[in-house]
Amino acid sequence: MPHDEKITQEIRRRIAHNKFRDHLFWIIGLFSTLIGFVVLFTLIIDLFVDGFPRLSWSFLTSYPSRFPEKAGILSAWVGTTLVMIVTAAAAVPLGIAAGVYLEEYSKKNWLTHLIEINMNNLAGIPSIIYGLLALGLFVYFLKLGESILTGGLTLGLLILPMVVIATRESIRAIPNSIREASYALGATKWQTIKDHILPYSISGILTGMIIGLSRAIGETAPIITVGALTFIAFLPSSPVTSTFPFFSFKWLFDPFTVMPIQMFNWISRPQKEFHVNAAAAGIILLLMTLVMNGFAIYLRYKFRKRIKW
Amino acid sequence: MTTIVSEKLKAEVRNLSFYYTEVQALKKVNLPIAENRITALIGPSGCGKTTYLRCFNRMHDLYPGNRYEGEILLYPDRLNIVDPKVDPIEVRMRISMVFQKPNPFPKTVYENVAYGLRVRGENRKGLLDEKVEKALRQAALWDEVHGRIYDLAFNLSGGQQQRLCIARALATEPEILLFDEPTSALDPTATLKIEELIMRLKKDVTIIIVTHNMQQAARVSDYTAFMYLGEIIEFDKTDKVFTHPSKKLTEDYITGRFG
Repeated sequence: MPHDEKITQEIRRRIAHNKFRDHLFWIIGLFSTLIGFVVLFTLIIDLFVDGFPRLSWSFLTSYPSRFPEKAGILSAWVGTTLVMIVTAAAAVPLGIAAGVYLEEYSKKNWLTHLIEINMNNLAGIPSIIYGLLALGLFVYFLKLGESILTGGLTLGLLILPMVVIATRESIRAIPNSIREASYALGATKWQTIKDHILPYSISGILTGMIIGLSRAIGETAPIITVGALTFIAFLPSSPVTSTFPFFSFKWLFDPFTVMPIQMFNWISRPQKEFHVNAAAAGIILLLMTLVMNGFAIYLRYKFRKRIKW
Repeated sequence: MTTIVSEKLKAEVRNLSFYYTEVQALKKVNLPIAENRITALIGPSGCGKTTYLRCFNRMHDLYPGNRYEGEILLYPDRLNIVDPKVDPIEVRMRISMVFQKPNPFPKTVYENVAYGLRVRGENRKGLLDEKVEKALRQAALWDEVHGRIYDLAFNLSGGQQQRLCIARALATEPEILLFDEPTSALDPTATLKIEELIMRLKKDVTIIIVTHNMQQAARVSDYTAFMYLGEIIEFDKTDKVFTHPSKKLTEDYITGRFG
């Protein structure tokens, strides 16, 4: 067709119009992204400005006190650490076993489908509901008391679906050709799982576990529900003892508090100084979460390096 | 059909039917497998040749709803491979398989080859070292990788990875070695190496190979079965199939008129 100046003009006009929309969306997108970023950044800055001057060694090694300048978070961070250990110890083996079972053993029928739907919904249930369940099950029925064990198991239930889902997803990422290679050599299902499925999916599983723990570390509602104390001026009994067998599980049954509860306690007081303590404790809690996430990234990198499908 | 093979048999398929749930993929097929010979299965896509091959090591048992009828007798003990009472793991320990796409484990070269032996409970270092080297030599890979057997298998080239998979299958000294289109993911040079290797291996092991590539079947195999729509249309010595096919359908396929 011959060149037509009118059509060329029309094309240029059209392009300009299309590009205007392109730019418009670019601006909207950038603005939306910035909102998220600015809010987070402001939050962290605000927390640091308020709390940073209060951070000191004695803040970490003191019990709470009615004098704000003497108060510390020793019982809170020890409590949080111990509860997290119980949470991980409960949720990880159960979650991995359930995930492996659902992916590798169970037949695909309406029952497993139902379990799958349930599992996904379980991850979205408000945490206070878990608190109520745990109060009935662990405290009243199993009589585990308002203890570290109860707190850890409660949060363990809370993150169990996350561990199961993460396990299933990373197992599903393993190509079927790898399973067939293993079975073709005469491996049983268990040999295939222990030698291939688990080692190749471990980075995804660990990432899921740490994301779960990062959520659990900040949970307050279910922990209050099962009866964690808000003011506690002693440590649980030591897991290491001076007499044989040199370890003890008595700490599991001791009362406890955790970081978010300590923060909540301080922030709900009228004195300004306690609010500063809450901000300082917030920084520590944030750091604990950051360390866990950093560890997750490190693990993912370390294991992923070897595997590319 | 058996009369075509005057040699000693390693296995014999008798009236084998196979069903994917409702769909019948193999229709009462028969096939003699001569010992220390290469038998090729050729045919157009979807004709059932891979399905057929995967009956020999009960791969279909990994997925629900699959069903065999008839028998595959493994000589000399006349074990019916597809009998539901026979443990598929026992079958797989006697009959190894090499897949279409190289599928090494994300482990070291050494661990890939040693895995079949480890599955059998072998953990003695000296013996493993010896068998791994032997299998890698058999698979014509030792000279290329002996300096890096503790490297990850993924660092090898595609052709090397496929020879590694052959070494892995050989390490357990199987009675039959199954190849499922072993060169379809490889370049011509790597393909040639694998073909040479397959021809050399037949002195040690009976081989069944599925291939999409008719020239490959003509080059490497002693016997050829032409399959179409779940049936064996023609089975004979490879020379005969490719020079004087007795069926029109076979002739049409090998001359490239369809498929």
